[in-house]
Amino acid sequence: MRVTVIDYKAGNLTSVLKALRHLGAEPEVTDGDLSLVEQAERIVLPGVGHFQATERLDATGLTPAIRAAIARGVPFLGICVGMQWLYAGSSEAAEQPGLGHFPESCARFAEGTEKVPHVGWNSLEVKAGSRLLAGVEPGEFVYFTHSFKGPVSSDTAATTFYIEPFAAAVECDNVMGVQFHPEKSGATGLKILQNFLSWEATGSE
Amino acid sequence: MITKRIIACLDVHDGRVVKGVQFVDLVDAGDPATQAARHAREGADEIVLLDITATHEGRKTLLDTVRRTAKALFVPFCVGGGIRSADDAAQVFEAGADKVSVNSAALKDPILIDAIGRSFGAQAVVVAIDARRDPKAANPVRDAEVFVQGGRKPTGRRVVEWAREAEQRGAGEILLTSMDSDGTRAGFDCELTAAVSEAVRIPVIASGGAGTVDHFADVFGRGRADAALAASIFHFGISSARSLKEELAKAGVSVRLPC
Repeated sequence: MRVTVIDYKAGNLTSVLKALRHLGAEPEVTDGDLSLVEQAERIVLPGVGHFQATERLDATGLTPAIRAAIARGVPFLGICVGMQWLYAGSSEAAEQPGLGHFPESCARFAEGTEKVPHVGWNSLEVKAGSRLLAGVEPGEFVYFTHSFKGPVSSDTAATTFYIEPFAAAVECDNVMGVQFHPEKSGATGLKILQNFLSWEATGSE
Repeated sequence: MITKRIIACLDVHDGRVVKGVQFVDLVDAGDPATQAARHAREGADEIVLLDITATHEGRKTLLDTVRRTAKALFVPFCVGGGIRSADDAAQVFEAGADKVSVNSAALKDPILIDAIGRSFGAQAVVVAIDARRDPKAANPVRDAEVFVQGGRKPTGRRVVEWAREAEQRGAGEILLTSMDSDGTRAGFDCELTAAVSEAVRIPVIASGGAGTVDHFADVFGRGRADAALAASIFHFGISSARSLKEELAKAGVSVRLPC
């Protein structure tokens, strides 16, 4: 399967590629070769670092290419900042728009007694019917490391509680995102990546 | 609920896992890749590999060991020892590490923290601090001093102040080792850990002195640690992260279970 992994030069892709290969996929990396997005059977956008770094997606023409691929029905998975990019934007870089597939915006955790960033293993409460998170039992743990997060909305596929409930996963048809790192979340994370690789459009869609 | 992390630490010397008391009298404790896989299987939340010989013998981190260890590891994996530049860090990331830990080189040239953070994100930068209480000071905890070169050389820097600077420069976590407690199995330095944890907003990993379940419960409680490192108690089949976490859960500590 042609899994195109998007590189926007803000961090290390090795762990994501390793996990995809472990599951039998053949990931190809692009930092601007639009043909790889046009031919993709799956697109993964791993993201770390600052939201501002996603400006590279606009500068290289990847943003419209990804938008077109999503419209064709290609399954898309955003990880961490890659999930946040699916929203309208983030207060981390207010001038930098996201894809806007989900209308809400991401914001920083409220300052208080708890530390920000949120780092470590936290549990998922999965919404019934999520295909990305099929087979994930209530309370299974995944690994997070982030200071910004998406709000809980009708597209939220799983919530996690830290300071407040936030969107740990978002899902609408072929567009999916996870705030945590499935490639670093043990057997639970691999199960979620496998669900993404096995995802097929349903007849009613 | 966020859980307290139990991190298995592999001190590596010449490509083998070793354990010593206060960094001397090293005993062979196995192959790093095999040990890391076993710890992950037995419930460790994260793996740290520290090449303890790298700094004072001037060696590069053993990239082959990192590559072999990372290959089938799907929990966070941090590598330290001998990382002196952003290029050194890049090689370790390319070999499969998720985080690097920097120590002496960051003290010598603190901009290293900024440089790695800029290229790979703050979540990928752990600043390791080897600390000793200053018994002559009016407040031995507040005035605890940073040491380098495996605890051999004093730097004249105060631990809390250096942790704050590391955070400001973009470190994602602090790995705090009490040189007074390391290898003794007599308990973590909870006062020192709490002093650092309260001074920064980033997670603090406590290290040095783990011997019993109560020591971990103590450092997560009054030590305010976000994670704790263990090496010796996991070696030689004494305990596993899973059994440690089951005991911690009984003591009311939030941990990742089942795992």
